[in-house]
Amino acid sequence: MIRLFLTTALVAGMALPALAVKPAEGEKLAENQSYTFWLLDAIKTADPQKNTDVEGSDIIRQLFEGLLNEDEKGAPVPGVATGFDLSEDKLTYTFHLRPAAKWSNGDPVTAHDFVYSWRRLADPATASEYAWFMELMNVENATAVVKGEKTPEELGVKAVDDHTLEVRLTTPTPYFPKMVTHGSTFPVHQKVVEAEGDSWTQPGKLVGNGAYVLKSHDLGVQISMEKNPEYWDADNVIMERIKGLTVNDNNVALTRYQAGELDRVQIPAGQYPRLKEQFPDQAVSIPYSCTYAYLLNVSEKGPEALKDVRVRKALSYAMQRDVVVNQILQGGQKPAYNWTHWAIEGFQMPEIDYAGWSQAERLEKAKALLAEAGYGPDKPLKLTLQYNTDENHKKIAVAAQQFYKQIGVELTLNNVEWKVHTDRMQSQDFEMARYAWCADYNEASTFLDYFRSTGMNYGKYSNPEFDRLMDQSKTSEDPNEQYTAAEKILAEDMPLVPVYQYSKVDMIRDDIKGLPTENVMNDWYAKDIYRIQK
Amino acid sequence: MFGFILRRLAVAIPTLLLLIVVSFLLMHAAPGGPFTQERALPPQVLANLNAKYGLDEPLWRQIAGYVWGIVAHFDFGPSFVYPDRSVNQIIAAGFPVTLTYGGIAFVVAVAVGVALGVAAAIRQNSWMDYLAVGISIGAQVLPNFVMAPLLVLVFTLWLGWLPGGGWGGPIYWIMPVVALSTSFMASIARITRSSMLEVLGSNHIRTARAKGLPERAVILRHALKPAMLPVISYLGPAFVTIITGSVVIDMYFSTGGIGRSFVDSALNRDYAVMMGITILVGALTILFSLVVDVLYAWIDPKIRY
Repeated sequence: MIRLFLTTALVAGMALPALAVKPAEGEKLAENQSYTFWLLDAIKTADPQKNTDVEGSDIIRQLFEGLLNEDEKGAPVPGVATGFDLSEDKLTYTFHLRPAAKWSNGDPVTAHDFVYSWRRLADPATASEYAWFMELMNVENATAVVKGEKTPEELGVKAVDDHTLEVRLTTPTPYFPKMVTHGSTFPVHQKVVEAEGDSWTQPGKLVGNGAYVLKSHDLGVQISMEKNPEYWDADNVIMERIKGLTVNDNNVALTRYQAGELDRVQIPAGQYPRLKEQFPDQAVSIPYSCTYAYLLNVSEKGPEALKDVRVRKALSYAMQRDVVVNQILQGGQKPAYNWTHWAIEGFQMPEIDYAGWSQAERLEKAKALLAEAGYGPDKPLKLTLQYNTDENHKKIAVAAQQFYKQIGVELTLNNVEWKVHTDRMQSQDFEMARYAWCADYNEASTFLDYFRSTGMNYGKYSNPEFDRLMDQSKTSEDPNEQYTAAEKILAEDMPLVPVYQYSKVDMIRDDIKGLPTENVMNDWYAKDIYRIQK
Repeated sequence: MFGFILRRLAVAIPTLLLLIVVSFLLMHAAPGGPFTQERALPPQVLANLNAKYGLDEPLWRQIAGYVWGIVAHFDFGPSFVYPDRSVNQIIAAGFPVTLTYGGIAFVVAVAVGVALGVAAAIRQNSWMDYLAVGISIGAQVLPNFVMAPLLVLVFTLWLGWLPGGGWGGPIYWIMPVVALSTSFMASIARITRSSMLEVLGSNHIRTARAKGLPERAVILRHALKPAMLPVISYLGPAFVTIITGSVVIDMYFSTGGIGRSFVDSALNRDYAVMMGITILVGALTILFSLVVDVLYAWIDPKIRY
């Protein structure tokens, strides 16, 4: 057994307080310690194993606590676990749970709670839409349990004693510690879940182990939480009350922010420059781990033209990303020439040839490639771009139509409702499709695994060399080498047209401190934030 | 009359059943399902989900089971998208909200609309008429999805008088009521005005005036009641529309009413919620067209069932 620490942050975290001192030097706390944030939609559930939404995760992260948390940069730091050991073969993780951890009803949080919850996630009877996450984590027997071939009791997770949790993996997974910061791995209270059934997450019934307890939840209106006095680190939690307000319209939400009803809100596309000038201390643009692209259908069902790599390259070269980023979005997004988001921890951006060219050069090259492939004024290339209903997608699609016109490609736009879009992509019933991928954990494989032959991969791209590199990365000392090489293959084969890499463009009130501005996952913990006197 | 009501209620049952079957089939015909996600679910997980919600059974059994649940237990099933809530709970939470702002908006629309219409008719082609018609046309052309954000801008941001959204005491009701009632009010005013003008030119009004009745009595006692007939036929469906929710109001004011749930359930393919609200709207529509017919008979002695 080798004793392993997560990162240097954890080493420091073991000896020192887990996070930076709050409040910082010279800051005086405000009387009013409450924080109100914006929710675009109704919260579907506060059940960690049933949630599928980003906004739901934001709620769950306050009501529950997993084995590990994230610091302001996104690195894992102790949560319920104070640390872990990793076996020589890198297949067994042993987490040490802090004895002080308690549920909001006073019961101790034990390793058995985690065993119950992890089995619950994989158990077909739960029918969790995130059951695949347990498979992604490579937990032993996860796939068989999800399929119903093995019982949940056979899942590779075991309580050695009340405060020691052992997890066995099928294959070394370097990013495993980062995955246990994900909400679906958070513990739930077995007795409460079993006694209350599906309604156990309602206010008054919900028992959590997070820094906050649920006070009220009016579907589609608001959800409010209060500091949990039973939380093991309650003494260091400053924020007393937090509240999420649902406002379905981004512009109205911004108005309500300006009226003082919200402390944080997203800035509608195109308004960032104006607001940054007016409110330099409030408008922020934070890298956010999603990439926007047009998927090309290279499957049997796809159009003949897209099976030609020259055509795919031409389509990618002709995409004028600077126009999209600087004139349409205007919020600090970055042009994308590759798939993995640039700010993913440890990811080294490969040198991609066409990223360095000028747009004029790209256009020339694109025209030449199309001509080579046999398309020209007498035989124009005709393609259809499908996108789901949304103002911004539409703006970009209309712009793309113009970009492609310049190289003689006739692009037809096909706007469909979200479910129809998804359904068609999943059955390879498209030519080009708008797509975006957001990281599940802060590591490049969450992006690159997508394009494996066995990945989600709606365009059905397949390259054995790419697959081999991704296999290799799982056991590699420094997987980022393989990731960079894999990105180069993608740029050569071009199964997608990368468009831009996201930023989270928000207004945040300037007396709110402690919200992470460098965590590309944008996961935030209310226990770390506080309001200062101005 | 009593027999008429009974007969109408008897017809309502097959009508509702037909509504259920047709909506059910249409819903299942739409591409995608409640569990269609950006990230396709592994087949096994999808199968587990379908089994849990009974979606793996043949359609006719799903429909039969659904109808039985309603008839036997008044249970509209679990929501597919909000796993910790049942459809009954979602409607029970949202409908009172919609009913509150919708009911008030209805009363406001009728009171103001009828007053404007009558005022315009009795002083036809005067400044009062022009003002009333102006107001109602203005209210008609300003759709509520334009009005709602404008109201928030003015009363929340600039004046700071009203909360920009949410649901609570009467202070939260004001903007939704104003935004929802205006276009109905405008329609009611226009219908009232033209119908009133027609009635004022009729023989029995001339007779009433010839008897030497004061104008006030002529209007209130003899003209208003017959003038209300076309208004009432408009009010029946309008009432159902107004109290079964407005997605625009719910969206801009975060009221949490069922209007938004209805649209969301269609987009999310949340079959159970969509069916529940469809049945609610259907039942109310049937009920209020009956109420309108009864009111007709009461107002117009010429109508007999």
